[in-house]
Amino acid sequence: MPHINVDENLPGIRSLMAFSPETATPMGKLANLMLRTNEGLSMAEREMIAAHVSYLNDCFYCQQSHGAIAACYLNGDTDLVEQVKKDYEQAEISDKMKALLSIAGSVQKGGKHVTEEQIKKAKEEGATDRDIHDTVLIAALFCMFNRYVDGLAANTPTDLSTYPLRAKQIAEHGYGNYIFSIPQPA
Amino acid sequence: MNMKEDIKNEAASHTPLQGMGSSFINLENDLPGIRGPMQYSPETGKALNELAEILLHDDNNTLSRGEREMIGAYVSSENDCFYCQNVHGALAQHYFECDMQLIDDIKKDYESASISRKLKALLSIAGSVQKGGKYVTTEQVEHAKNLGATDKEIHDTVLIAAAFCMFNRYVDGLNTWAPQDRQVYIERAPMRAKEGYANIDLNK
Repeated sequence: MPHINVDENLPGIRSLMAFSPETATPMGKLANLMLRTNEGLSMAEREMIAAHVSYLNDCFYCQQSHGAIAACYLNGDTDLVEQVKKDYEQAEISDKMKALLSIAGSVQKGGKHVTEEQIKKAKEEGATDRDIHDTVLIAALFCMFNRYVDGLAANTPTDLSTYPLRAKQIAEHGYGNYIFSIPQPA
Repeated sequence: MNMKEDIKNEAASHTPLQGMGSSFINLENDLPGIRGPMQYSPETGKALNELAEILLHDDNNTLSRGEREMIGAYVSSENDCFYCQNVHGALAQHYFECDMQLIDDIKKDYESASISRKLKALLSIAGSVQKGGKYVTTEQVEHAKNLGATDKEIHDTVLIAAAFCMFNRYVDGLNTWAPQDRQVYIERAPMRAKEGYANIDLNK
């Protein structure tokens, strides 16, 4: 049961956004700016960073949601997404992505856990300053989103079949306050 | 001991020295703390400040600005983020019209500090959020509600704590530099209190 009185028909962060639309607006903007662009990192790579950090934070709703969105951009390759979430070193992704996921994993522990060596390695693998900036900010943002969702004990659908429906909605239309103000995809 | 000296000595003894140009990436500016990456990435900077404005500065809130800044300062202290805990600690001090000793006492041991029981209950929730969302217990929330906390106040406490887990990581994850003299933060607080976050001039 959520810690506060939210719309029980809305899942996860959507119920919290509906409770507080004023704060939902800038959070939606941040999600669009950081996750809905292919500049430098692709949308699939960005969502994989989000899913990995949410996995490390043990946030079921966020890791399933962003894993499913990543899969939408990867022609439904859920196996790759699961591998990246749980053990990216063994995944079939670029060395640059592995270096960035390592940085994201350190950010998840705390900002000071990121080392010069990790940054150097990422740059050697071709990461730009912008890629590193975006990786740190995406990881930091999910340390917020995950805590927001679980800190208020938001409703978390356990039926995994509902996640791809919402993921398709995001993949097609992006983030924003419409995700709680219109009927949920079914 | 003179308060200003005390603050300086503490800063010198407990924080690593950082200097300009320490950032892991070329931020193309010399601004301290979060202002560096906000200038580097202005669109996300604007959205981050919009969020800060609603959570910390907007007066349409039953938690005072001082209480909300204190939650931010406390979480930043728990995350060991020197820049954020000093910016937001100085703002809490400004709004509370107290001396910095009270802010430092709250950060170190809020249970023993001279603040309301309700704020203590909310700081307890914020401290759990800092560890991870799942650390917040029904008992903590019930306790806060029994002391008069509303759903909106609990929501805002959790989101402020969560937001600082983001801000702190953005600041330290990029290894931005921070002024080490805590007096700098105290002197800047009245301006930020007056102007708020929404239309922040990063170069001022």
